[in-house]
Amino acid sequence: MIRLSVPLLALALALPAAHAQKKYDPGASDSEIRIGNTNPYSGPASAYGAIGKSIAAYFRMVNEQGGINGRKINFITYDDGYSPPKTVEMVRKLVEQDQVLFVFQTLGTPSNSAIHKYMNARKVPQLHVATGATKWNDPQHFHWTMGWQPNYQTEGQVYARHILKTKPDAKIGILFQNDDYGKDYVKGLKDGLGDKAKSMIVAEVSYEVSEPTVDSQIVQLQASGANVFFNVTTPKFAAQAIRKAYDIGWKPVHYLNNVSTSVGSVLTPAGLDKCVGLITSAYYKDPTDQRWADDPAVKQWRAFMAKYNPDANPADAFNMYGYSAALTVHQVLKQAGSELTRENIMRQAASMKDFRVDTLLPQILINTSKDDYAPIEAVQLQRFNGKQWELFGEVISGGH
Amino acid sequence: MKRKLIVPGLLALLACAFPFVVSSYHTFQLTLVLVYATALLGLNILTGYNGQISLGHGAFYALGAYCTAILMDKLGMPYWATVPVAGALCLALGFLFGLPALRLEGLYLALATFALGVAMPQLLKYKALEPLTGGVQGIAILKPEAPAFLTNMGIPLDADQWLYYFTLAVTALMFLLGWNLLRGRVGRALVAIRDQHVAAEVSGINSALYKSAAFGVSAMYTGVAGALGAIAVQFVAPDSFNIFLSLILLVGIVIGGLASISGALYGALFIQFVPNIADEVSKAAPWAIFGIFMIVFVYLMPSGIAGGLRRALASGRKKAHNSHTPLKEEGT
Repeated sequence: MIRLSVPLLALALALPAAHAQKKYDPGASDSEIRIGNTNPYSGPASAYGAIGKSIAAYFRMVNEQGGINGRKINFITYDDGYSPPKTVEMVRKLVEQDQVLFVFQTLGTPSNSAIHKYMNARKVPQLHVATGATKWNDPQHFHWTMGWQPNYQTEGQVYARHILKTKPDAKIGILFQNDDYGKDYVKGLKDGLGDKAKSMIVAEVSYEVSEPTVDSQIVQLQASGANVFFNVTTPKFAAQAIRKAYDIGWKPVHYLNNVSTSVGSVLTPAGLDKCVGLITSAYYKDPTDQRWADDPAVKQWRAFMAKYNPDANPADAFNMYGYSAALTVHQVLKQAGSELTRENIMRQAASMKDFRVDTLLPQILINTSKDDYAPIEAVQLQRFNGKQWELFGEVISGGH
Repeated sequence: MKRKLIVPGLLALLACAFPFVVSSYHTFQLTLVLVYATALLGLNILTGYNGQISLGHGAFYALGAYCTAILMDKLGMPYWATVPVAGALCLALGFLFGLPALRLEGLYLALATFALGVAMPQLLKYKALEPLTGGVQGIAILKPEAPAFLTNMGIPLDADQWLYYFTLAVTALMFLLGWNLLRGRVGRALVAIRDQHVAAEVSGINSALYKSAAFGVSAMYTGVAGALGAIAVQFVAPDSFNIFLSLILLVGIVIGGLASISGALYGALFIQFVPNIADEVSKAAPWAIFGIFMIVFVYLMPSGIAGGLRRALASGRKKAHNSHTPLKEEGT
């Protein structure tokens, strides 16, 4: 065997590099790449299911156009109903039975937490997970797991920078949901404020998801004398907070987290006139935003939606999210070439240099390295003008 | 008598052979079937035998799961030792919940337990308990490996196979206990209370005691199942135990067969595999497909799968009997 492999090795080295490295792990072959995914197509979080469906539609388009490096993408997606045990079961099916090369955009913080250890023990990439928690950027301990969207801490840091720049005398009042997501944001803000955090933050109030309203918290924040309001709430509570602050005549500079920026489900119920001046951040092009009406990337996306995802609602931004994530993994697979091993998938995903996804906001570039598993780290601020969000200022990246 | 032992014997043999025939993913799925079967048997004791409807058994499942996860994660207890603790905790809490619930009949009890089921995920997220429960984050636990002595004896089992056998042993024990409990005096008393509670009390059955005991035992079974489930899935989080879990357990006992021990097993197979089949049939409306399955089953087998099988067997035997008697004319 050894005697035989030496000439083979010499032969392999003699061939041009691109052809030499045809290496496959389970899930990859000359004709196919199998990618796994779980999404909540049923249950309380089924609105997110649009993401899985738009990714599937994207790969249908790619396959029709000849695949990636000549290989068809077999995108296998299962319903987990946003239930972690079901995610474990479905992901085990993907890895052990369907033998996927990697899983991509598995959705939800609890669902991804449930498979975090399993994926890393199995050494199967858990790529570009669809959640904003900060823990997905931990290459030292979890080499096989990578996030995609800007994480909550990054966003908090961006707001902190804006506050430091525009309102050096800020007295900040914070309202946050008492869980991982809320605490991530608060930590980001404090990190961004640095030494000033202690003196600037005058009140920190939390709420539980089980509480009916946040009215008393808003009154408490107003009484603290805060002139800047950092609002870390999920849609229902965001609408309550905006309305209550307006009704009691509290007029701080109001920063609203990206989670609750939907005009339809947050701002309209709160009252659009009460939302004028809200500041938040964005990182991809909102399909309902008139400014992008003639944008070539958004036009291309519309054509894609009409042809490959006709049942979906084109006003639903989740379709843009899924499409943009799919564009990113497309690049990873292109870079991987014919060395379709799990190790190489992670290596390529962790070596993106100034990659531009054209459905993200202009100037947002994807950069990763073996110590940086956070692909999108920049956002742009936007302000509500009473009708729609208006981008302003530069693209800002968080910490580091 | 001997023939009676053949079928369970074959079943046991089959159950033991599974992990060597199927992949480790299927072994994991079968482990979950055993877990659900234990939970369903618990709910069946309460609802099937005793006639008390519970829409909140997911809460006891969650308690058992969290009990195991916390003991393993915070106190470093071995996984096998946490199962009886989870069972005992749920027995006590179930009994206590059963005491006031006694005053509630039928649908009112269903509502009270529904409240328990709905509240549980939020209680698990409660701030003061967070150091223990891990809040929304939940707790990830390590998968137990097969004990070293087995490997030393030359029986190499991987973690999934070992977990399956461990779960199988606990499930078999729970079923044996359940069978022993239900076939005798206690079982008859429970059924009597369900069918005619006034008559039952007149014949000297302490209805109050039996009802809360039934609640406690039922909660204990579900808690043990929760503990086994947590070890198998290696993760607990509040979102794992929403009200849907309680409802699907109820679906399981009705489809499997009310007041039937084997029904728990059929029901477990149904709730484990039919949603997966439905998901494969249609991504757009998996639960609509699930609903169709449910209606078909209820329509074809109104007394559950267990009842349907029993009837099919009985009619088969009758036919065989009818066709045999004229030929042999034996006076058996």
